[in-house]
Order: sequence, then C-alpha cells, then structure tokens
Amino acid sequence: MSDWLSDLIFWIAVAAILFGLRRQRIFWTVGALGLLLVFNQFFTPGFFHLQVLDGHLYGSRIDVLNQGAKVMLLSLGMVLVIATGGVDLSVGAVMAIAAAVSSRLLVTQHLPAGVAIAVALGVSVLAGAWNGLLVAGFGIQPIVATLVLMVAGRGIAQLITEGQIINFLDPTMVYLGNGHLFGLPFTLTLVIVMLLLTHFLVRRTALGLFIESVGDNDEASRYSGINAKQVKFLVYTFSGLCAGLAGLVACSNIKSADANNIGLYLELDAILAVVVGGTSLQGGRFYLVGAVVGGLFIQTLTTTFYAKNVSSDIAPVPKALVIIAVCLLQSEVFRTRFARVLSPIEKFLKPVGSWLPRHLPTTARHDSPKS
Amino acid sequence: MTRLNPKYIPLVATAVVLVAVFGTGSALYPNFGTPRVFVNLLNDNAFVGVAAIGESFVILSGGIDLSVGSMVAFVGILIAKLLQVGCDPFLAMGIALCAGTFAGAVMGCLIYFFEMPPFLVTLAGLFCLRGLGFVIYPESIGIDHPFYAQVLPQLSILVAPKAVLPFTAMCFLASVLVGTFIASFTRFGRNVYAIGSNENSARLMGLPIAQTKILTYALAGFFSAAGGVVATFYMQSGNPASFVGLELDAIASVVIGGTLLTGGVGFIPGTLMGVLILGLIQTLINFNGTLNSWWTKIVIGVLLLIFIVLQKLISRRAVTQL
Repeated sequence: MSDWLSDLIFWIAVAAILFGLRRQRIFWTVGALGLLLVFNQFFTPGFFHLQVLDGHLYGSRIDVLNQGAKVMLLSLGMVLVIATGGVDLSVGAVMAIAAAVSSRLLVTQHLPAGVAIAVALGVSVLAGAWNGLLVAGFGIQPIVATLVLMVAGRGIAQLITEGQIINFLDPTMVYLGNGHLFGLPFTLTLVIVMLLLTHFLVRRTALGLFIESVGDNDEASRYSGINAKQVKFLVYTFSGLCAGLAGLVACSNIKSADANNIGLYLELDAILAVVVGGTSLQGGRFYLVGAVVGGLFIQTLTTTFYAKNVSSDIAPVPKALVIIAVCLLQSEVFRTRFARVLSPIEKFLKPVGSWLPRHLPTTARHDSPKS
Repeated sequence: MTRLNPKYIPLVATAVVLVAVFGTGSALYPNFGTPRVFVNLLNDNAFVGVAAIGESFVILSGGIDLSVGSMVAFVGILIAKLLQVGCDPFLAMGIALCAGTFAGAVMGCLIYFFEMPPFLVTLAGLFCLRGLGFVIYPESIGIDHPFYAQVLPQLSILVAPKAVLPFTAMCFLASVLVGTFIASFTRFGRNVYAIGSNENSARLMGLPIAQTKILTYALAGFFSAAGGVVATFYMQSGNPASFVGLELDAIASVVIGGTLLTGGVGFIPGTLMGVLILGLIQTLINFNGTLNSWWTKIVIGVLLLIFIVLQKLISRRAVTQL
C-alpha cells in the first residue's frame, strides 16, 4: 500500500474518531494529539512512514505506541489515585523495584520467567499497599506519604540488584517489551487489556462512583456509607500494580535492570498524562481513556522532539511550557480573567461546525457530561 | 515541670536524633567526633543546606518547591559560562541570584494568580530550568578564575586544630542566620506562618496573601540560586546534568528538621539540624566502608517516615485537645 493512501485512511480515521467524540470531554485531548500529528505530517519527513518487516509493522507511530506503553500503564493507576484527590509520586521507584526483583530472580536465582514476573508484580502490589496504608490508614498527605517510597524505593532497588546493572536474555522477559502480537507491539495489547480491565472494574461496578465520590468529598462519602479508607487503599494498591507492569516493560525494553534510571521522572509524565487527559488534580470526576490518550500525547511530543533533533536534554523546556499551557487553560481563574481573549476563539470555533463542543476544556467537576 | 508546647516537639525530636546519630558515630569510630569531621560535614552539605532554607519557607507557607535541584544546576552552569566569557565573578553571581529570584517570582505569580497547584508549577520549573541549563552549555565547564582558585581558599577560618571552616560552610551558617531572622523576626515571616496555618483565616485577617506568597517563592528561588553559587565554590565547576533529585534531599531535610509539611509549623534552625542529620548518615556510611551508598536513601526514607508519622500523631493530639 502506498504511503499517501495509508495516510489518507489514517486521517479519515482520526477525523471519524474526533467526530464521534465531539460531545465528549476527551475530544480536547484527542484533538491536541491530532494537532501534534498534523504538525508531524507536514514538518517531520518520515514520521508517517510505515513498513512491514517479518510480518510486523514498523514506523514512528508504532514506536510511539510501544514507547508510550509505560506512561499509559502508569497513568491508568495514577488517574484513579488522582481521582481520590491524591497523587502517587513513588511509581518511578516502584518500577525500578519491579525491574530489579524480576531480573534478579531470573538471572541470579535462575527461576522461570513466569515466577519472576509474578513475584515482581506481587512486590509492586505490596509497595502500592504500603502507600495505601500510609494514606488511608495513617491519614498522611498523599504527596508526603508516597515521597517516602520515592526516596527509599531506588535504594531498595539498588539493594536488590546489589548496585549492578543486571542483563538478561530470557525470551519471555524480552518478549514483554519487544515482542509482537498480531503485527503490533505486544505492549499495545498489554495496555489495551489493562485499560479494558480497569474500565470494567470502575465503570461496570460501583467502584468508579465511589472513587469519584471520595475525591469530591471524602467526609460526605463516609457519612453516606462509603468506606473511604478502603477505596483509597485500593487505588494506591492498583497504582502499585500498574507501576510494576510498567517497570517490567521498561526493563524488558532494554533487556536489563538499571535501578538508577528505570522510571526516572516517569511519575511526572504520568501525572502530566492524567492532567492532559482532563482529570483535575483536585480529585473527583476522572477520565480513564483521557489519561491513556494523554500518555500517548506526551510520548508523541517526546518522539517529535527526537525526530526534530531537539536534544533530549533540552526537550524538558517545551514540555514544561506545555504543562503550564494546559494547566492555564484548565484554571478557572485564567479562563474568567482572559474570557475576552478566549471567547472569540470559542466563537470562531463554533461556525467551524455546530458539532464542536460549546466550551473549552475546564476542570469543572459538576457540570461536565458523563463520558 | 512545665509542659512542652506541642509545636516544639518535632524540633526536640530532631535534636535528639542529631545527638543520637552523632553519638553513635563517635562511639563506633574514634575519629568521628573530631571538629574536622564536623567542619567537613558543614562544607559538604553547604549547598543543600542553603537551598533547604528556601525550601523551608515554601513548606512553611503550605506549598512545595520541586525546582531546587534544577535551579542549583542551572545557576552553576550559568556562572561557569559567564566566567568563561570573561565576566567579573561578582557580577556573574549577581546575575545568577537575580535570575533565580526572578524564576521563583514567576512561579509564585503563576501559583497565586491562576490558583495552580504549587506542585505542578514548580514541576514545570524543574523541567524548564534543567533544559535551560543545557541550552547555556550542554557539558560540564571547569572554573579556573583566579577568584575561585586563589581568593576563595584563603577565606577560611581555623576554628580548631586541624579544622578549617571553609567559606562555603560560612555561607551556609550565614543563610541559616538570615533565614531564622526573616522567619521569626519580620512581618513577612509571620505572614508566611499565618498563610501556612490557614490561608482563609489569614485572608480574613487582612494579611497580604498575594505579596507574601509571591515573595515566598521568590525567596525560595533566591536561596536555591545562592545554593547554586555555593555549589560552584564547592565543585569549582558547573554542570547542567548535576544535582538531579536534590529537591528530595532538601524536602527531606526540612521534614526531618521538624517542619510540618502541611505548613505553619517549623523552625529554620530545625532545617540546619535536618541537613546535618542527612550529612551525618552519609558520613557514617562512608566511615563504615562496607555498607553501600544506597543504604543512605533507605535510611533517609525510614527517618522521613518516622518524622511524618510523628507529625501526624502530634497534629492529631493537637486537634483532640481543642
């Protein structure tokens, strides 16, 4: 298939998705991602090139999906934590612990990969439960409670690897981050399965409602019979599990466990993904798919910088500007103060199609339609 | 015996830990309790300490500043680059301090005017300053200016036999004094405590919230930049990739120093003790020789935990007493 034809199909699909989401809050996140892709279509030669090798798809867009898996996995856990009004700073450190545990068991103890992965995930769940215990059990501020593991976690990971970078070649472990399924990276399947699982868990049961309720007002939730502590404990534990999975993918990507660098600063990317996805840091209503698309957006941004030869050292500057811009757009004060500037933009957008949402994204928790 | 005011309990606990750690070291190693070790402790942790003073103000006001490490690295490379192109060292330091204060003030404005979470704004500051450092120069630059090479080493005082108090340590102690003065003896300091305790009450009392908040972040920027200046004295170089995670050390020092992370309670001398405790743990692990350096992180994590739980218990008791 020639490139222009596949591009055309791709853009028709993007337009269709955007049209389908026109009344959803996630429209803005997907729209931002679309804008970034439009930019790449015109200014980054080769970004849209796709090729098939050994029955697997390769190309920059596939790289984005593969590399973005870590942030997307993290953001699944993070969005629930943030929905309860908390934040989990320890996910990067938990990733390092999971990587250290699995590769240590694999290489030094010669255990089968399945056992190593299971134990690593178990340890991550324990780490998450520890955060949950501090936040829910002792009532410590989430930033502070998870800071403890953020500081100590890397030390623990170093202790497990004994300060070494452990390399491994076990096919199962390598497959996790590098393998292909149905021609696409396996990590994509992993993200989709986790997304569906989480979606089922929070939207098909009452758990999602409880989480939003606790995030909105945990006292009121308690009085109406919701076990707020239990809900909080659960979300931190789940965040630990997601971080563990992300850690396994991260170490599988590079076929080694480097306790110092795995997941470094990834907690920030995950928080950013959640915020870009439309979930307010104040807690309350949350957008699961939004967070995952937010993660994709951040990875696309990073990949664009690399494609444009922006040094990975300087890349944080534009990233920071994006954070500030997104937060400003979500800030109620900014929107009221600059209504004169913003409302013409909204008016301009209106005739573009009556199908556009009526308002720019806000963090308002009560008036937004249910997604 | 008069009952201890609950606000002093964390400070006393910090002092007890400091004495205990120092006592353990002295008991285990004969050379540990010498003035020389203590002076080295002040010297090695001077830049963290100076930056932690600024962090204390932000935490006292109920906020948090994550941009410390990036700021120190940014200022380091800025000064090194300015000296390389032939700038006067005092002018370079002045520019660096102004840049730091300005960056802090900008973050403060974003936080106050747009009601954005301090955590996110300073996170953006972290990214921005780290990247800007690399824009100035992507690699480490050594400083061989005569001021650094010849004048600085002479600016030290012999405090005890074989123990020379270097200029960096003096900067640290001076910052603690200045910080204590600002926090405890000025109107601005009282306003910071008031806002940290309860921002709404402070607003209803008619305290200048805007001015105080922006000034707090500007002050934190100034102290972080000063930490960067001290770091150039100590390292004799500037490197944009250095001091990753320094903000965590600074925050840990403040918390272990007995300042409540919820704001409103704490003392600047506590931060001095917090920095010394972290430094002593590092020194102890160095003296031991068989323990690996990653134990430092674990011990700091455990200490953090103890202090956070202690704070929680105290604030819970304070609430039940009301």
